[in-house]
Amino acid sequence: MNTQIVADRELAAASLATMWKIRRFEEAVEDLYGRGLMHGTMHLSIGQEAVPTGACLALNKDDYITSTHRGHGHCIAKGADMERMMAELLAKETGYCRGRGGSMHIADTETGNLGANGIVAGGIPIATGAALSAKMRGTKQVAVSFHGDGAMGEGAWHEGVVLAAMWQLPVVFLCENNLYGMSMSSEKAFNLDQLSDRAKGYGIPGVTVDGNDVQAVYDATKEAVDRARAGGGPTFIEAKTYRWRGHSKSDKNLYRTRDEIDEWRGKDPIPHFEALALAAGGLTQADIDAVRDNVRTELRSAVQRANAAPDATADDLLSAVYAR
Amino acid sequence: MTIETTAAQPAAAPAPAETVTMTYSEAIRDAMRIAMAKDPAVFIMGEDVGTYGGAFGVTGELINEIGPERIRDTTISELGIMGAGVGAAMTGMRPIVEIQFSDFTAQAMDQIANQAAKIHFMLGGAVSVPMVIRAPGGSGTGAAAQHSQSLEAWFVHIPGLKVVMPATADDAKGLLLSAIDDPNPVMVIEHKLLYKTSGEVRTGDIRTPLGVAAVPREGKDLTIIATGVEVSRALEAAEILAADGIEATVVDPRTLKPLDSDTILRTVKATGRVLLVQEAVRTLGFMSEVSAIISESDAFGYLRAPIKRLAGLDIPIPYAPKLERASVPQVEDIVAAATDLVRKW
Repeated sequence: MNTQIVADRELAAASLATMWKIRRFEEAVEDLYGRGLMHGTMHLSIGQEAVPTGACLALNKDDYITSTHRGHGHCIAKGADMERMMAELLAKETGYCRGRGGSMHIADTETGNLGANGIVAGGIPIATGAALSAKMRGTKQVAVSFHGDGAMGEGAWHEGVVLAAMWQLPVVFLCENNLYGMSMSSEKAFNLDQLSDRAKGYGIPGVTVDGNDVQAVYDATKEAVDRARAGGGPTFIEAKTYRWRGHSKSDKNLYRTRDEIDEWRGKDPIPHFEALALAAGGLTQADIDAVRDNVRTELRSAVQRANAAPDATADDLLSAVYAR
Repeated sequence: MTIETTAAQPAAAPAPAETVTMTYSEAIRDAMRIAMAKDPAVFIMGEDVGTYGGAFGVTGELINEIGPERIRDTTISELGIMGAGVGAAMTGMRPIVEIQFSDFTAQAMDQIANQAAKIHFMLGGAVSVPMVIRAPGGSGTGAAAQHSQSLEAWFVHIPGLKVVMPATADDAKGLLLSAIDDPNPVMVIEHKLLYKTSGEVRTGDIRTPLGVAAVPREGKDLTIIATGVEVSRALEAAEILAADGIEATVVDPRTLKPLDSDTILRTVKATGRVLLVQEAVRTLGFMSEVSAIISESDAFGYLRAPIKRLAGLDIPIPYAPKLERASVPQVEDIVAAATDLVRKW
């Protein structure tokens, strides 16, 4: 029986803080973008916060993740610094990628994040490779490859999973099924009752969980990670969730209904978690308020400091292409 | 100007005078054996590289010496293999990924072009991808259009990759060992017709530095710049030309990126005539770039004749032997073009 997160004061506060950080970070990004203070594009994961929060709780700092174009949540949950993330999005020299990557390429190797990825399923075989490396080096590290339901139509997904299964690598393929690959509904796209049915075809365990429930995601990830670390090979997890915002800034939400969006807003993972933590006695209302206020203060300060940092410089672009 | 991407090469052991005769294929295997003995992070991954010994027998019996953990047979999954190479390279390993035919890199292109090549830059320098991709290119084996292409220009066109085309057995070894040392993804394009050719190869842990051209022959009348299998054809042509009183310099860039432009321009200035020879299709091929580099440089003023390109026809490689041979520059084509250049100008 795993730890009851909501009943454990420290874990509950940390998990709630992670979800709030993701939510507030992305709200700030949306706001800055809307006011013309941030350029480029962005893919927001508001509504999906419980998935990276629960999954990363089951990981060690030196475990690897690969992430997606919708990757702010994974990055934050794995332990990245919001100021350096925000600096990256604000095109600053102090950003994680020195302004060369932006939202879609943030990585933080210090916390094992091998990077968001602008190519759907691009991170799948890379996670397989990181797991292969961990196995060959004998480090007991595990890799978790976050991906969306859309990635499951890609050849890279298939090839990455096939190799991982053949070599029984310590990797977890974690699908955040937010019900749409851009506008394509996953129900329509895949002729499966649940996406985890596909795991059997690859000879690996598969499970579907409520992606808006931190505990459910944690439990499934913990089991998969423990098995991977013990040499039991890969696992596929489908975490069902929903993205409240459009795919990106171009999205007019023509492919889904207002009712559907409202229904999922009603399943907001944050108040859900707060209610459970209150009921279980892990957190008091004062604790909950404190977490929310602290995150707000932290985020505000991160934005201010990021904004004050020097702009990314074009001085050494040519010499930055190759490692020395 | 040498493009400023040449990585500092670790000091190689003092150049041993000793050489042995071995095939191009054996030289590559020797390099991999040496690298794997020295560094436990180096491993080979690819289709049928294990017991089968590789589609062209390059890994041979390495699996018996080194074992299946580091001579790693994969499923037929070029994209997956390439991505696994990228992930392993980002996390402390130094994979050598073998792709059976360079044509199949098309299957793996996302991981080569969008991931391996870009990660170091895109992630702000925090990570590097020290991976070697070995893939044989070229025609001449009757394998037709999907197994015979010369795709080097694709890779040269992607910032973040280094591209190497060894033309001799010694370079096949020396360049590969340099590629394995390099902290960047390096595409090593071998040539199928060269695998069984032999040459003198330096013994031991030697290097041919990346970004340094070879000048295997010097002559005063024209400069022939050739890559891959065309280097040996150019040298053979130079012998024939010499009998006819035409003395050719032959330049083998060896590394297409970073390119040793200095040597190219120096030799062009010395002869005033230049013949560029590539097996790849003509349009926007590597030699188009070499031509542009010469045209834009002060070597232009030394030219006594227009720059001449000899290249593969702009067609898929056909199957029938006569058609295949007619598709890419042969020795007699080089002789004819060189003679024309020198006699006319």
